[in-house]
Amino acid sequence: MSAMILYPVIMLGAVAGIAAILLFLTAKKFHVEEDPRIDKVAELLPGANCGGCGYPGCRGLAEAIVKAADKGDIGGLSCPPGGSTAMKAIGEVLGMAVAESEPMVAVLRCGGTHEKAPRTLKYDGAPKCVIAHTVFAGEKGCPNGCLGLGDCVTVCAFGAMYMDEKTGLPVIDPAKCVACGACVKACPRKIIEMRPKGRKERRVWVNCVNTEKGAAAMKYCKAACIGCGKCVKECPEKVQAITLQNNLAYIDPKKCIACGKCVLVCPTKAILATFEPPKPKPVEAKPAEAAPATPA
Amino acid sequence: MSNTIVSLSPHAKGPLSTEKVMWGVVIALMPSFAFSAYFFGIRAIVVTLVATIACILTEFLIQKYLMKTTVTAFDGSAAITGILLAFNVPSSIPIWQMVLGSVFAIAIGKMVFGGLGRNPFNPALLGRAFMLASFPVDMTTWPIPVKTQWLWEMGKTVDGTTAATPLGFFKEGVKMNASMGDLVAQRPELYDYFNLFIGNVGGCIGEVSAFAILLGGIYLLYKKIITWHIPVFYLGGLALITGIFWWMEPAKYADPLFHLFAGGAMLGAWFMATDMVTSPMTVKGQILFAVCGGLLCGLIRLFGAFPEGCSYSILIMNAFVPLIDKYIKPTRFGKEVNYG
Amino acid sequence: MDLKTFKIGGVHPPENKLSAGAPIEAAALPKRAFIHLGQHLGAPAKPIVQKGDKVRVGTLIGAGEGFISAAVHSSVSGTVFAIDAVVDASGYKRPAVIIDVEGDEWEPTIDRSPELKKDISLDKKAIVDRLKEAGIVGLGGATFPAHVKYMVPEGKKVDTLIINAVECEPYLTSDHRVMLERADEVLVGTRILMTALGVERAVIGIEANKPDAIEILSRKAKDHPGITVQALKVQYPQGAEKQLIKAILNREVPSGKLPLDVGCVVNNVGTTVAVYEAVQKNKPLFERIVTLTGKKLPRKANFLVRVGTPITQLIDACGGAPEGTAKFINGGPMMGKAMVNTDIPVTKGTSGVILVDEADARRNAPGACIRCAKCVAACPMGLEPYLIEKQAEYALWEDAEKEDAADCMECGCCQFTCPAARPLLDNIRLAKTTVMRIRRERSKK
Repeated sequence: MSAMILYPVIMLGAVAGIAAILLFLTAKKFHVEEDPRIDKVAELLPGANCGGCGYPGCRGLAEAIVKAADKGDIGGLSCPPGGSTAMKAIGEVLGMAVAESEPMVAVLRCGGTHEKAPRTLKYDGAPKCVIAHTVFAGEKGCPNGCLGLGDCVTVCAFGAMYMDEKTGLPVIDPAKCVACGACVKACPRKIIEMRPKGRKERRVWVNCVNTEKGAAAMKYCKAACIGCGKCVKECPEKVQAITLQNNLAYIDPKKCIACGKCVLVCPTKAILATFEPPKPKPVEAKPAEAAPATPA
Repeated sequence: MSNTIVSLSPHAKGPLSTEKVMWGVVIALMPSFAFSAYFFGIRAIVVTLVATIACILTEFLIQKYLMKTTVTAFDGSAAITGILLAFNVPSSIPIWQMVLGSVFAIAIGKMVFGGLGRNPFNPALLGRAFMLASFPVDMTTWPIPVKTQWLWEMGKTVDGTTAATPLGFFKEGVKMNASMGDLVAQRPELYDYFNLFIGNVGGCIGEVSAFAILLGGIYLLYKKIITWHIPVFYLGGLALITGIFWWMEPAKYADPLFHLFAGGAMLGAWFMATDMVTSPMTVKGQILFAVCGGLLCGLIRLFGAFPEGCSYSILIMNAFVPLIDKYIKPTRFGKEVNYG
Repeated sequence: MDLKTFKIGGVHPPENKLSAGAPIEAAALPKRAFIHLGQHLGAPAKPIVQKGDKVRVGTLIGAGEGFISAAVHSSVSGTVFAIDAVVDASGYKRPAVIIDVEGDEWEPTIDRSPELKKDISLDKKAIVDRLKEAGIVGLGGATFPAHVKYMVPEGKKVDTLIINAVECEPYLTSDHRVMLERADEVLVGTRILMTALGVERAVIGIEANKPDAIEILSRKAKDHPGITVQALKVQYPQGAEKQLIKAILNREVPSGKLPLDVGCVVNNVGTTVAVYEAVQKNKPLFERIVTLTGKKLPRKANFLVRVGTPITQLIDACGGAPEGTAKFINGGPMMGKAMVNTDIPVTKGTSGVILVDEADARRNAPGACIRCAKCVAACPMGLEPYLIEKQAEYALWEDAEKEDAADCMECGCCQFTCPAARPLLDNIRLAKTTVMRIRRERSKK
């Protein structure tokens, strides 16, 4: 009986021993000397492997950063999700100065909800925006608007996006968004834009990318920017952040002071803000935030 | 015009659907079911129904409560697994073993891989392999056809109600150094082509009648659910290898026609090897798959430990399907031509 | 007669040639014509008229821009109302000339006499120039500018002209009617094209489901040396260039090459009539035959329609869209486009309009791939659609390129045959366009 137990134990033990020695020797022989800084840098990165930096995974970026540090400049490299905090920490580890980069956030620029832009057509095919985009102008008829099939939601690695069934549009949770830019790349209509988070999270943007003439756009979407130019006139003279091109207004986030005046004058409510714009009093409202929203 | 539909071409739909394919196979299995009901009676019907219901129910429960996905348990694929599994056991099998085998076939053979279309092995055969390994005695006790028709309590409890399968009888006999001629003289009914063709021999529920299986196979071909390549080449491979040995030593080996009709080769060739999910995608691959399967089946029958090798031959070839699909490609149009 | 066909793949969808018995009739002139400037493959034409200009039927309004492009002519007489973007079948807006119709005054250079002009007086180069001037494009649906096809580059030898009279798409009957009613023009047009190519042999390929057309053309072709009629077994996609060449001549066009590389040129049968009219009658391409059909459409018809006529007008002429029509297909059911609405105008590529009701229009709900291998068996290019679909799903573009995704010709056989109703072609198209884009970017580097 004891032999029945003893022999297997000895046999297996011997096999394990030999394997362990072999493994040890191979590990020694094929050991790759790696810069210890790469591990340190990789530790400071978020580890989501989102690819937002353009490198294959966080380790890829860590290797690139260390390589660049040897050359003396890590300026061009950054981790969008980690933001300046991560880069600052990395800079400290490597003993390099890191330029402060502004935190960004993804912003959806389409207001074509079910209510504002009723679906007049029915798309019947593979549920991907890239495919629907090649088929037709979209269920609402807007050639520039959101197709509502959620390619952006699928690619978001941070769970910062979801599809709102009520509106038919994706929703971006700014608290979770790390500005990796995956959704911007995924959207075939370039509706999602990376914009600076703004001071105290105050942002103003045109919620439309439609370039058709106002009357034509209004036919299918009541929330379209009709290119009337009221916002351009309303923008304080010193600021002049709004430009009008191809029947579409655009607010330059670098110039915008987030006063919110344009939000109130837009006839189609196509300009959105993350804050409640001050009600126009009989006396002209003074710019709420005179300081530029984008330091540096 | 709010209901105008826009989609990419093609706008025409083909006549087949997954449900039609699956229930078509079930219909094709009905002749065998009728024959087995005639030969093995009420017990064969009950066993088949139990297996079918157990399979569908297992898939339903897993999809609904474990995977939490859309329930497709009633599309017919689980029913096929159940029927095929039941067809691969003797009718005297205890009901609880049948249920256990069905649950194993669906849960381990299919759902753990992600459900329909993802399983590498034929779930019914996996279930059969499981049952054969777990309950070897019950799985190899064969009731005598016709005589056992209306008996419920069968197998060991009633004297004289067990039979040998033709394959098993001759294999055992040859092992004892008896010649084929003596053995045939001993039990001529087991080497009678008509009995084998009609199914009046001992064996699993659905495999005994080659005639009924052929009827079902023709239906599948007519409905364009399967193509002829796999069954023909599988049986061809089997006939080839058994034929070679029979030609060399007729006293020791049965002839190829016997091998085609006996045991599960027919059922395997028409219903198991042709299982879409676990067979190759290209015609060339299917031919390779089927020929190798047939050869393996013959080798196991002639030299293996078991008298029957069909199910194992298909399971082994199932494992090669990803490899076959990776390396055997269809003839591409305009790729292998050279015009000056 | 033995029926030829191609060897790999193919399907046989229900033919539904409901309008085969309806003779060609001229559609009424529209009140306002919307003539797209990009009706052909390649660069859109450049408008050469202005708002307020008077135009006649046949007046050049858009000049071809670049090598692959075609001229666009006015199909009506009247005043140019505007040059503006007009919605096309996809719902996107494209540049178009909008003309208010006044009367029906033709350019005096067009010979409107009904006599058949049999003798070909022009030489090779003059014919090609005339095709270019007349804005002739392939009328089978691909709308490839015809003159480009007949400028055979140095070093290429062409020995056969193939006339594609297969009409393998279900429902469509415009080519069938042309062969029945304009057989003489078809044959003279074929001879003109033979002259343009300098070939001695032309084969007209017709599927066996059009025995009357085979009979008429075979009989009349006896007066035209070099032209033969070949009956073909009914199988989709026989009308695809490469498959047709394989069926008739048993030559296989290598992947990524043109029919020219195997010594032939393929031309649609409807185009031969346009060629005849352009060369013999000096009439540019501004009208075409459009099949109006659908299972529930009150009247099925084959119209001779001026380009730019809104499709609504044609549907109304057939009794209006029946209740429950859910899809309007521009072209055939296998390769046509679903239109976003019916206000869009007829273009040179509109071979038919099919009205489909809800039950037929909606795709079945897609299920899991059951690896039935039917798509592999159906693919006429010998591809593995199930595999390319998976690769598109996981964005494995390099693998898709290795699996020859770019060879797909979008015939739709795979998706048609799929029992699980998977959107195979949707995804394969994505793989194909992405692979082609990657290739272009690579070649730029």
